[in-house]
Amino acid sequence: MKDWRFTLAEQRGTLTALAIFIAMFTLYVANHPAGFTANVVQTVANKGVLLALVAMAQTLVVLTSGIDLSVGMIFILSNCVASYLVAGSAMATTFGVVAVIAIGALCGAINAVIVIFGRLQPIVTTIATGAVYFGIALWIRPFPGASDNFNSDFADALTGKLFDVVPTSVVALIGVVVVIWLPFQRSVLGRTAYAVGSSELAAYMSGMPIRRAKFVAYVLGGVLAAMGGLFLTFFTYSGEASVANGNTYTLYSIAAVVLGGVSLFGGRGSAVGAIFGALAFRAIGDLLFVFDVDPLWQPLFQGVVLLLAVSIGSARLFQVRNRLELFT
Amino acid sequence: MKTQIIEADPRRRAPDWRQQLDIPVLTAFGCIILLLILGSFYSSNFLSPEYLLQQLKVGAFLGVIATGMMLVILLGQIDLSVPWTVTLGAMMASAAAAHGPVGDALAIPVGIVCGLLIGLVNGIGVAYLRIPSMIVTLAVNAVAQGLMVAYTGGFAPGDSASAAMRYLAAGTILGIPNAAIVWLVTGALAVFLLRRTTFGRAVYGIGNKEAAAYLSGVPTQRVVMVAFALCGALAAFGGVLLAGYAGKAAQSMGDAYLLPSIAAVVLGGTSILGGRGSYIGTIAGVILITLLQSILSVMQIAEFGRQIIYGVIIIMMLLLYGREKIAR
Amino acid sequence: MESQVPLLRMEGISKRYGGVRALEKADLEVRTGRVHAILGENGAGKSTLIKIMSGVVAPDEGRMLLDGHQVNFQNPAAANAAGIVCIFQELSLIPDLSVADNIIVSNPPGRFGLIDRKAQRRLAEAALARAGGEDIHPMALVRDLPLSRRQIIEIARALSRSPRVLILDEATSALAAADVKRVFDVLKRLRAEGIALLYISHRMHEIAELADDCSVFRNGRRIATYQAGSKTDNEVVEMMIGREYSHVFPAKPTAPAAVATPVLEVRRLSWAPRLNDISFSVRAGEVVGLGGLDGQGQRELLLALFGVLRGIGGEILIDGRPVSIASPRAAKATGIGMALIPEDRKTEGLMLQMSVRDNLSFATLSELARGGIIDRDAERDAIDEMIRLLAIRTDGVSVPATSLSGGNQQKLVIAKWLMRKPRIILLNDPTRGIDVGTKQEIYQLLRTLADSGAAIVLYSTDYDELIGCCDRVLVLYDGTIRRTLSGADITERALISSALNIEMAGGEPERHAPERA
Repeated sequence: MKDWRFTLAEQRGTLTALAIFIAMFTLYVANHPAGFTANVVQTVANKGVLLALVAMAQTLVVLTSGIDLSVGMIFILSNCVASYLVAGSAMATTFGVVAVIAIGALCGAINAVIVIFGRLQPIVTTIATGAVYFGIALWIRPFPGASDNFNSDFADALTGKLFDVVPTSVVALIGVVVVIWLPFQRSVLGRTAYAVGSSELAAYMSGMPIRRAKFVAYVLGGVLAAMGGLFLTFFTYSGEASVANGNTYTLYSIAAVVLGGVSLFGGRGSAVGAIFGALAFRAIGDLLFVFDVDPLWQPLFQGVVLLLAVSIGSARLFQVRNRLELFT
Repeated sequence: MKTQIIEADPRRRAPDWRQQLDIPVLTAFGCIILLLILGSFYSSNFLSPEYLLQQLKVGAFLGVIATGMMLVILLGQIDLSVPWTVTLGAMMASAAAAHGPVGDALAIPVGIVCGLLIGLVNGIGVAYLRIPSMIVTLAVNAVAQGLMVAYTGGFAPGDSASAAMRYLAAGTILGIPNAAIVWLVTGALAVFLLRRTTFGRAVYGIGNKEAAAYLSGVPTQRVVMVAFALCGALAAFGGVLLAGYAGKAAQSMGDAYLLPSIAAVVLGGTSILGGRGSYIGTIAGVILITLLQSILSVMQIAEFGRQIIYGVIIIMMLLLYGREKIAR
Repeated sequence: MESQVPLLRMEGISKRYGGVRALEKADLEVRTGRVHAILGENGAGKSTLIKIMSGVVAPDEGRMLLDGHQVNFQNPAAANAAGIVCIFQELSLIPDLSVADNIIVSNPPGRFGLIDRKAQRRLAEAALARAGGEDIHPMALVRDLPLSRRQIIEIARALSRSPRVLILDEATSALAAADVKRVFDVLKRLRAEGIALLYISHRMHEIAELADDCSVFRNGRRIATYQAGSKTDNEVVEMMIGREYSHVFPAKPTAPAAVATPVLEVRRLSWAPRLNDISFSVRAGEVVGLGGLDGQGQRELLLALFGVLRGIGGEILIDGRPVSIASPRAAKATGIGMALIPEDRKTEGLMLQMSVRDNLSFATLSELARGGIIDRDAERDAIDEMIRLLAIRTDGVSVPATSLSGGNQQKLVIAKWLMRKPRIILLNDPTRGIDVGTKQEIYQLLRTLADSGAAIVLYSTDYDELIGCCDRVLVLYDGTIRRTLSGADITERALISSALNIEMAGGEPERHAPERA
């Protein structure tokens, strides 16, 4: 009987994010001129999935009490590479997709190696590697564009609808969660990742494979960010090395992660929560649009919401009775 | 009774902490000289006084901003709101300058005060609400951006810089750029603050071990708040100078200063974890980065190459002296 | 079941930390089917030996033989694989993971790297039952459980690793009597199964009940090994200290302190759930000790006095007037004049990477400055005086504090506070892990300070200190003062029995408290 209580407590962050998103989505759909139609859902889904994937990437690294400020740039880099490789025959397209994901994994691996073996702090490491990834993106795509035989049919398929109702991007996202996140969470390495974020010292004392877990977390983060970049390519039919876009996605991924109930100190939270956090964060902009608020105010609203969310979510002040604990 | 499991002391004698500082600073200065020598192979102009003074002038803007960032990093925190604090300071100062002679005279103080207020918000969030600095400053950055986007309507701001701003940023006295003098004065004040005042001592103490500083009866919360306020003020001041240099403010003008300011501080030997670092190192870091960017642009290395080299050099230098000890 | 060849043997083990010799050619033999108790003062090297045995740290010298073969453990996982499992206190439990995840942390059941949660839960429940923790729900998060439950989980975790050598390092310190009994039953059963047990403890009665062999460590060396029960407590204590302890302490004043308003008075102080209705007073010139087992509220009491805890009930009076102390800053202010020598000098007392100078003046900065600017000459004079006064041995004032030995580091912490000339001095186990010579200096210092009018509250886990330094001792149990001992009534027997809440004759009448649930 008590089991469900524990499960509830464990998923509290994720469920809160889900509730917030549902509330916002309902509000949006209720006020949208077209209402709750498949098209509306599809547009929301497509935009949301982009951020959701990057947020998932960020989650993996944050769980180990690190931070990845290069996710936005891996996202951009994959977008640019995909604009070349998602082209031609089905075989070539498949190869292209795989290659893009591999590049994402490589970026993640580079981050991992520097953090783990170089023993540098993740924040400075990923700021620097982000610059490198962006540089490469700019090199291969100095101007926005796509290859001539860009496989737009494939892109359409993945941003369209299944059975005319369910957005394909959502299905793909669910697929990613099932194939990547759930197995990771249930694996020894996944548990070690949580442990590292909770107390790296205790994890070491318990003999857990800390280095492997961190490595896998960063690599999977790169893979997920690359998938986000792929999707951006499907969405926009082109690759663009936009530094503003990259920085935005990095920032928003952190916002989504916080809104999704993932602790920035590590050890707690779920990528599923981050997905809802991402969707909720995106929904702010949509809500403003639907309520006819000048789009110029959107960044301000998003910023204020973020500030409020982190204040409430991370404010440890009110629970602590031994002030010394605040410093440890 | 708590058992201390892993001793932090290395197996050999701990080095004098002044020794620990000198190596990074010497390395940084060594790299500066190396860069100049390498550059001189490319063109003899690199060693000319005009070029060097120009670098000092350009570097002064980064220098002022990095001074504030150093204060925050010494505490073991970070300020990611620098981009839009810089921009906000520039825009508000220019806006004031457009308000008649009174506004014109108060332009610079107005800009600085705006930055001070932003820094105060950051400081309150970190010190009193105990929200991790990375999140608070990220959120505040978004809010500042929102405010400026809403204020300017998304267009480039039309207001011009005041005469005073232009004089400070672009003028010269006896051939020496005023900006460099401003940086010098700012730096001198910073050094005095850090080495001769109780505030400075407290900053180092908090960065070293906040719990111990707290238990020693130091007003840690107030010190942290003031440090963030100063960082905001200095970032805004940097923006004011930049606006003076360019004649007007511009959207996203601060974005290019976040990564370099962090890198300058860290490359100068200040530990990203706090508690250790000297201002001389920051000066070296600023000059190093300014030189690097300048040489890369003069050699007409495309933007993408610059980004890559930038990131790689930061990682390499950090690997040289930014690593954490293995505790065993 | 006994064995002729020792299962585990350590020879010639040495280990240094900075300037401190934790172990100096120490050796030990551990046999199957026997409980081997290790005794010694703090700093005698027990914990370091255990850390080396269980792979947490590497020795500088010496070797370890398991089943007669030399072994070398690179990390705790390797030691575990060899069958050597150590039960630490909470530090090896991962707070954000569940109980089951923590217990079956290595080799969880499952395939292809995925964990079979149901099977894991069953294994965890079995281990919990074996360790006497049936009431702990396997899905609970460790961070939500109290320390006593966490220690049971640690024991369960150790048992799930099928150990051949089980090491317990003060593993029962946070357990209530009923839990301790259950744990002992478990340990005795394990001994019968042929496991070798190594038990570190301060508690003579636990050792008397459980141990077969005892070894005494002092100053990093093994001094003696004997069969449990073959030596008197006095003999053991003397082995631990290495001398007759009546000569260690400076003489206490024979004349009682003059009757005056107490400098510090505490009335009905409470801080749920750790402190409950505490009242006592301290006069100028008095050294009042806090005794009792670890974790009975002594640390919280000192923190409460110093303004660190929020939500305190009751009153604190300084010189007879009620005060409200909101922070250490307020506590050290001139009107109150308190100082706290905290529990952990490395993380609470000093900023190790900063220089000796910066650490020394850190609590007195505002007094050494005018308008926020530090007066360097005044600072230098004050620092020189304190270094001379406390005879701190250091290579100059600019070296980092981390290069000082443990004893000198502690003197540095004390000096930092004495610079303020405090009237009330609170000390949280100040001589833990410190060499004997420095301890002597500190004892003398405390008496000198008391004689010049300071009011001192001293928490110590060392019975000798309480007996030798204090004019009165308040023994705490479960957050209340169980008994007050004064003068000649302060004996180890009285201290121990009051600490354990056992009936005893003599001393002030005690209050009976219900058994802790």
